[in-house]
Amino acid sequence: MKLFCRLYHELDSTTRTTDKVRALERYFRAAPPADAAWAISFLIGRRLPRGVTTTQLRQYAAEFANLPTWIVEECYEAVGDLAETLALLLPEPSESESIPLHVLIEERLLPLPRLGDEERRKILETTWRQLSGPERFLWHKLLTGGFRVGAGRTLTARALAAVAGVDPAVMSDRLMGPWQPTPTDYQRLLRGDAVEGDVGKPYPFLLAYPVEGPLETLGEIQDWQIEWKWDGIRAQIVNRGSKVLIWSRGEELISDQFPEVGQAALALSNSVVLDGEILIWGQHGPRPFSDLQKRLNRKRVTARDVRDYPAVFVAYDLLELDSQDRREEPLKRRRQLLEQLLSGWQVSGVLRLSPILELHQWSDVAVHHTLARECGAEGLMLKHRGSPYGVGRIKGVWWKWKVDPYYVDAVLINAQAGHGRRAGLYTDYTFAVWHEGRLIPIAKAYSGLTDDEIREVDAFIKENTVERFGPVRAVRPELVFELAFEGIQRSARHKSGIALRFPRMNRWRRDKRPEEADHLDRLRALLPPETDSR
Amino acid sequence: MPNLLEYTPSGWYCPIGDFFIDPHAPVERAVVTHGHTDHACPGSRHYLAAASSVLVLKERLGPDADIEALPFGQSMTMNGVNVSLHPAGHVLGSAQVRIEYRGEVWVVSGDYKTVAEPSCEPFEPVRCHVFVTESTFALPVYRWQPQSEIMAEIHAWWRANQDQGRTSVLFAYALGKTQRLLAALDPEAGPICVHGAARVFLPAYEAAGVRFPPIHSAEAAEVRRFAGRALVLAPYSSFRTPWFHALGPTSTASASGWMQIRGHRRRQGVDRGFVLSDHADWEGLLSAIRATGAERIGVTHGHTEVLCRWLREQGTDCWQASLVRRWSEDVG
Ligand SMILES: [Zn+2]
Ligand SMILES: [Zn+2]
Repeated sequence: MKLFCRLYHELDSTTRTTDKVRALERYFRAAPPADAAWAISFLIGRRLPRGVTTTQLRQYAAEFANLPTWIVEECYEAVGDLAETLALLLPEPSESESIPLHVLIEERLLPLPRLGDEERRKILETTWRQLSGPERFLWHKLLTGGFRVGAGRTLTARALAAVAGVDPAVMSDRLMGPWQPTPTDYQRLLRGDAVEGDVGKPYPFLLAYPVEGPLETLGEIQDWQIEWKWDGIRAQIVNRGSKVLIWSRGEELISDQFPEVGQAALALSNSVVLDGEILIWGQHGPRPFSDLQKRLNRKRVTARDVRDYPAVFVAYDLLELDSQDRREEPLKRRRQLLEQLLSGWQVSGVLRLSPILELHQWSDVAVHHTLARECGAEGLMLKHRGSPYGVGRIKGVWWKWKVDPYYVDAVLINAQAGHGRRAGLYTDYTFAVWHEGRLIPIAKAYSGLTDDEIREVDAFIKENTVERFGPVRAVRPELVFELAFEGIQRSARHKSGIALRFPRMNRWRRDKRPEEADHLDRLRALLPPETDSR
Repeated sequence: MPNLLEYTPSGWYCPIGDFFIDPHAPVERAVVTHGHTDHACPGSRHYLAAASSVLVLKERLGPDADIEALPFGQSMTMNGVNVSLHPAGHVLGSAQVRIEYRGEVWVVSGDYKTVAEPSCEPFEPVRCHVFVTESTFALPVYRWQPQSEIMAEIHAWWRANQDQGRTSVLFAYALGKTQRLLAALDPEAGPICVHGAARVFLPAYEAAGVRFPPIHSAEAAEVRRFAGRALVLAPYSSFRTPWFHALGPTSTASASGWMQIRGHRRRQGVDRGFVLSDHADWEGLLSAIRATGAERIGVTHGHTEVLCRWLREQGTDCWQASLVRRWSEDVG
């Protein structure tokens, strides 16, 4: 645990990517495989079932620290994080035991849900006696399923790649899919041996950058494949046998939510992996994202759901065919193969091709851009025809050009209670984006969420208030929302130096972590050129 | 007989002696506990302060302020009220104010820390009937490590930055914290640069016999001369100013009690937080209160509600003396 704790501390005390990768590398070189396997699992965001409720944890900790619950609550109010509060309140450890991470997880955490209250309390108390303050903080985070660290999959893959002496893209591949946090699978990750269950594994997604500057700077238009940018769920269909798996970008299996897509993909040739977008398609084209969310949130999808919210998969890339990884081939070739594969298919079917827009001048692209909304798209994609399918966000390969209004992914930082129908609920929010490592407020917006979401956000705010200024609560910067806005101006009155026109909440980006929110520079880049004002 | 002290909109007032303690507004006569802006308000006619704080106060109240110096432990009389000052251990010359009238003794703590270190006179418990205490860090989550451990962390951070060719910028309050750090920094570790905002207070400290290592100015050009080796002490308000950006590659840190809380550190946007406070921690407050032997405790300046409730539950007579909480940078 000491090593893992140091790693966490190092990751937490820098925003510099190179420092983080270096810290991760150091960790993986030093940690025993049994611990390292768990560390990877946590770093890439896998969660364990909760071993104890926060209420119980609070109560046991208060009794162990010999403090009344009211003062624990006061402390929580001031600290804003339960795991941290309890770590700070507990008395100094009485034993200086060093417990390996895997022992802590396998022998103490995993059994907790099956135990009776008294046994559970005993395990917690024993562990508290043995762990130092920073270790307890992590232990509590793991216990409550709240472990997060600003490293993530990409950096973990980079560090592991360095340790294994392979390309980061190769390591990203290996980290996908169902490996277990065991020493054996850890060694396999490093060596690259197949892991059980690998057969259904997706490839890491290639991600697009927003366009920068005039389109002309991209060069010859015929080098670019231009498509609509769909506002759906990015997904990969993996068919390597009798079973079809559908993976979302967040590496979650969503096959059960979209049975008709899986059914349709069964008819594809054996061993094919497609990249594309899942959308709910109505008579007049794609339906709003909120309809898609309805399908996504269903635990069990009924025939009626399929009828009312019919899903389609719009395919735009082919990553594997006939058991061969095709990602190194240029997009032009992959597209040919994709078109051949889907040639016999109906354009209106559940599986369909994302059409290529045949445009011959950049000015036509700009015109199409303005039409995107009408065509049910949220903009254009520009993909370099000669490019291989890389891993993650690579500049110059895929560009996305979203339509107006502008969007920004911002972090909720302050909240104030609403009035009237929303009295007592926190519905007036302040949002911030990143600038030089800190969050700078950019807009206030009333909640544009559904009633259920409002309640959920309200509960989050009450639980995560870090400071109060009169009626305003500063909350832990955790939730990311997509704001839409109509325009942007310079503003000397605002700390950010910009003012957004008609900012409104577009949707809750549950798939985004605060570190993934936008940066101020991106907004500033949208500013009209500075003119001499009188 | 009226209370020896009462809380008024302008601050603590002694009706019998006709003077204020740390008034927030200009008054006729003010006793000032120390030079932080939330305690030393300019504009009053006459000031009384500890002798070793006078030079510091001149920086804050203006060179023409009428400040009467009273050495620690000596007393004087104001309208029959006996007034003396006793070290509070918070910053150089910081005082607790003891007032006595017809055998009744009140003590107003000002800001205090109970741990002794070389940059100021150590806190001295004073027996009294009524003790008015601050409560900046009155929550059991605030538990300070010994200064030696924190200084070891700071030096390790400084060394690690040197290995990576980064200049270390440590943000600390200009009055008190900076001098405390300076007196504890190892000059062998590398060049030390001090921002002008803190340098103005150095003569006062040196006059009181506090020893500092050799110091360089923190002008950007000077810092760049030692790029990748220097440790720069500067107030947090200088973060991300043009001056800061001119320093080249840096690693940043803050030294304050608030750094105990991860959220505070993250909001500050610094790489590291060192938990070093010029205030008492939870146990420090409780032990200081016990040491006074006071029958009644007035709680002010911070988590008043929490400390009051706790003391009451322990059977101590207690009241929340002020609800006004004026934030300033130094409350850490
Ligand atoms: Zn102070
Ligand atoms: Zn103060």
